[in-house]
Amino acid sequence: MSNNETNPISMPDFMPLGDLRAMQLRKLQKIIPYEYEHVALFRRRCDEKGVKPRDLVELKDLGKFPFMKKTDLRDEYPLGLTAAPMHDIVRFHCSSGTTGKPICIPSTQNDLDIWSEGAARCLAMFGINADDIVQVSYGYGLFTGGLGAHYGAERLGCAVLPTGAGNTEKQIMLMKDLGVTVIACTPSYFLHLATVAERMGVDFRRDTKLRHGVFGAEPWTDEIRARIEQISGITAHDIYGLTEIAGPGVAGNCPYCHGLHIWEDHFYPEIIDPDTLEVLPDGEEGELVFTTLDRFGTPMIRYRTRDLSRLQTEQCRCGRTMRVMDRVHARSDDMLIIHGVNVFPSQIEACLMKVPEIAPHYQIHLASTDTMDIFELKVEVMPESFSDDVRGMESLRKKVLDAIKQVVGLSPKICLVAPGTLPRSEGKIKRVIDERRK
Amino acid sequence: MKIRQISIFLENKPGQLAAICRALADADINMAALSLADTTDFGIVRMIADDHVKGVETLKKAGFLVRETEVVMVTVPDSPGGMADLMAKLDNAGINIEYSYAYGFGRGDKAILIFRFSDNTKAEEILGQ
Repeated sequence: MSNNETNPISMPDFMPLGDLRAMQLRKLQKIIPYEYEHVALFRRRCDEKGVKPRDLVELKDLGKFPFMKKTDLRDEYPLGLTAAPMHDIVRFHCSSGTTGKPICIPSTQNDLDIWSEGAARCLAMFGINADDIVQVSYGYGLFTGGLGAHYGAERLGCAVLPTGAGNTEKQIMLMKDLGVTVIACTPSYFLHLATVAERMGVDFRRDTKLRHGVFGAEPWTDEIRARIEQISGITAHDIYGLTEIAGPGVAGNCPYCHGLHIWEDHFYPEIIDPDTLEVLPDGEEGELVFTTLDRFGTPMIRYRTRDLSRLQTEQCRCGRTMRVMDRVHARSDDMLIIHGVNVFPSQIEACLMKVPEIAPHYQIHLASTDTMDIFELKVEVMPESFSDDVRGMESLRKKVLDAIKQVVGLSPKICLVAPGTLPRSEGKIKRVIDERRK
Repeated sequence: MKIRQISIFLENKPGQLAAICRALADADINMAALSLADTTDFGIVRMIADDHVKGVETLKKAGFLVRETEVVMVTVPDSPGGMADLMAKLDNAGINIEYSYAYGFGRGDKAILIFRFSDNTKAEEILGQ
């Protein structure tokens, strides 16, 4: 056990299981009646199902209550699911959403405190402490990444460098000059940062004090994690969260078990079968569902995340009692059906990681003719693997194609592009552009 | 004579070559020769510039995929058969040509060509230039 785990902020992580379950029930018996009283949509759905707040007698009774979905947040935009009066609201976060209306999550001061605590507990678990200097390169603003990591790091007593995303060369300069030890950003932004650092002649191991990366806000694979650790010498940690439930800090990966401990004293998890909507026992894979136990601004009751995961059944060796979820590799929303084959973008990513000549940046383009799908894959070539002759580049294209074909069974048209040219926003590349007629 | 050539990867989208030319022009670099190899999906631009070090640096900064390669500059008589004799010599020595393009014509009675050989050093020896 490292010294950081004696940090008082980590105390709840080790709560005895009996106490934890009793606390969860107590909190549920408060939030469910509160939600029923203040949110019309929830009340209506409970009434339709014939379930009353008083029916919540034990934890498993939560399964009787209706789900919430992202579409509810859109339909009730902007404030239909907000339970607290504006007097108590202190901040809004919004998630852009790729289609149509955004979603809006107003929070009370207490909601924000819970979120900061969650983020701080993640950082403490990662081995970060008050001596660390944390560069927050997530976007600040409506997006929860920046402010979430920011307040979490401050709560732990770290020194925060709030760079936000972008202006990468300056970020690298500050990282060197200030002796930054932790960076918090999306994994794809870090890879971009590494490309720029290389161009500037900056070697992370030699020229910086960076030792931890706190990565989240997009699904990423074990292969990307290995690549990040190999090029930079840092330890890559996974922080999980979503705007609807708080933001980054709902769960974080544990160095012992490689899954993510969920701070279930605040965020109660369930796994359901996304088709039958039945609650699955721990150990089975399905869609992750969260109930915010003590956020009173915009409570979420049984919110369907669309993230596919599993709650592990083994007690973790680190001693934390909080349940562990598998890393999220895929969202049930992300699955593409191309030529009738189910494909997750993370599978494509894993294939590309096996081709060292290719940077781990890609974009899937889908279009359709009258009769068939057109599947195109743009990948960035590493600068050192650009060969001067056409045959060399053709064989690289074939190598990429073979890697995809072997695993996915499809033959996309491979387009090689120069490094850094796929468009990025807030450090994220839009992985899929689907222009097929629906 | 061996010289340094700049090779640039060209994505198959409009305006790429124009962007290269603009970047070099803005850095006050002159192109002495240029060739374009293309497939349906991408192209490779090869060029000789008056300052190849600065040229590579400029294009890298502009975000292009760039590398320096070594090629051989060969002067041949600008008359019928000039090229044929040259090719025969290389053929006898078992040297392959990977690619070639013209550097300039109309300079008196000589033509200048750029070659990338399977073995640049050996080719240079055989051609005696």
